[in-house]
Amino acid sequence: MLVVEQLSVNYKAIKALTEVNCEVKHGEIVALIGANGAGKTTILNTISGIVPAASGRITFEGKDITQVPAHDIVKLGICQVPEGRRVFSKMSVLENLEMGAYSKNDKKMMQEGIERAFQMFPRLAERRKQLAKTLSGGEQQMLAMGRALMTNPRLLLLDEPSMGLAPMLVEKIFEVVTEINKAGTTIMLVEQNAHMALSIANRAYVLETGEVVLKGDAKELAADPEVRKAYLGE
Amino acid sequence: MFLQQLINGVALGSTYALIALGYTMVYGIITLINFAHGEIFMVGAFVGLLLITYFKLNIFVAMFLSMSFCMILGVVIELVAYRRLRRSSRLSALISAIGVSIFLSSLALMIFGADAKAFPDDVFPLRQIKIGSAEVSTLQLSIIGISALLMLTLEFIVQKTKIGKAMRATSEDYTAAALMGINVNRVISFTFALGSALAAAGGMLVGLLFNAVTFNMGLMAGLKAFAAAVLGGIGSIPGAMLGGVLLGVTEVFGVAIGYSSYRDAIAFTILVLVLLLKPTGLLGQKIQKKV
Ligand SMILES: Nc1ncnc2c1ncn2[C@@H]1O[C@H](COP(=O)(O)OP(=O)(O)OP(=O)(O)O)[C@@H](O)[C@H]1O
Ligand SMILES: [Mg+2]
Repeated sequence: MLVVEQLSVNYKAIKALTEVNCEVKHGEIVALIGANGAGKTTILNTISGIVPAASGRITFEGKDITQVPAHDIVKLGICQVPEGRRVFSKMSVLENLEMGAYSKNDKKMMQEGIERAFQMFPRLAERRKQLAKTLSGGEQQMLAMGRALMTNPRLLLLDEPSMGLAPMLVEKIFEVVTEINKAGTTIMLVEQNAHMALSIANRAYVLETGEVVLKGDAKELAADPEVRKAYLGE
Repeated sequence: MFLQQLINGVALGSTYALIALGYTMVYGIITLINFAHGEIFMVGAFVGLLLITYFKLNIFVAMFLSMSFCMILGVVIELVAYRRLRRSSRLSALISAIGVSIFLSSLALMIFGADAKAFPDDVFPLRQIKIGSAEVSTLQLSIIGISALLMLTLEFIVQKTKIGKAMRATSEDYTAAALMGINVNRVISFTFALGSALAAAGGMLVGLLFNAVTFNMGLMAGLKAFAAAVLGGIGSIPGAMLGGVLLGVTEVFGVAIGYSSYRDAIAFTILVLVLLLKPTGLLGQKIQKKV
């Protein structure tokens, strides 16, 4: 479904990614793990069209999307829940969800999306008129996910959804991610919490200073002594 | 006396508010002080003047056309002078803005000459109305009325329409807005269009109020409106409205109690005080670093 080939990305003089290859197949959950600054967010942002590629190619369902601008990427069916949630804090919960459906001029889809988000996260429904900045961290994560799901994307990019959340909430968020996947959305998941990520993913890539150093079946990686030592705290 | 000056102040202040809105909206979305904004206001006044003088158009039709013309002008300025500089330092964009500003006022000087032009006498049915002890002209009331109507329309667009919500989203988080599928460039163009239309209306109203249109009228009005935007809190739309009216009222009262030679200094004194005491302005929020 998504193929990243020989992707290199620089921020001015800083090399963030060097010839990264990875792939997401239809229906999968693919985890991307690695230490701080490894380049995980950069991969997602390059796919989303926020950060330009220096070289390499990204194809989505056979179409080259390397040069496609961010707002058109969304139209193709790739949505991102960015690191740190980045909800629109001065807008209400409802307005945030509306923004998620911006690319589609479709009242019915908007209504369905809002209902779906409220069903998935009943706490958002109670707070629909509240400004997003008054929500707790967990609620903001729910809102960011609900917002990205408004258009029913085919591929969902999740950047550290568990960041800064209590263990209970982390469980809940991962449950929801699994549900979303079961309902037919393919997922690319970036996580610091490698343990959780590997437990729900089908496959995973391990990134180190801008390069893929390991890849494979999530269960196998979770059993790999190197991975256990470096990322699972053993 | 008090009521009289208050109405004079509000009328003047609402024109400042109309211009200040453009500064604040553009700043809110791309953190640029659009220095050419005052000149758009001047162009708006000239276009209106031409349409009324030579084409004998009704003042409202002329205002509508002048607003439309300046919308296009604002969009073109952003496209030509600012868009490519969006990722470079704010200083480069600011210098580009000053360039556009000088270009437009020089162009106006070349075409219209240095002396002030006036609207034809019959353009507006000017009458004095007594409100209590105050004598108010129909022109002043119209200025207040038209400004209020335009600001209400703006408020509706920003709060309720899809593109208005996209404006708010973009001004809060440019990147997140793009991730939602918002075409950020289009939103920025729209913001320039809105701000420029308001400035054009302001230009015509000020031209009528002082019965003078000059090539350099944008400079002082622009600076004062900028002071008003800062007073209200740059980036805040209600702030610009409030700041404009407050500034107009302060200026008129300052003149009334005998500081008429300091008329123009009042705005800048306020500007300096606000920057020193409360840089976020009356209704502004903490300035966030944009990514
Ligand atoms: N906007 C930027 N400008 C300059 N350098 C950047 C920028 N964004 C990221 N980098 C650098 O690129 C590298 C990769 O960053 P990236 O954010 O992709 O890492 P990450 O794996 O997501 O890290 P984290 O787990 O901390 O979120 C880092 O060295 C970072 O400092
Ligand atoms: Mg990251």
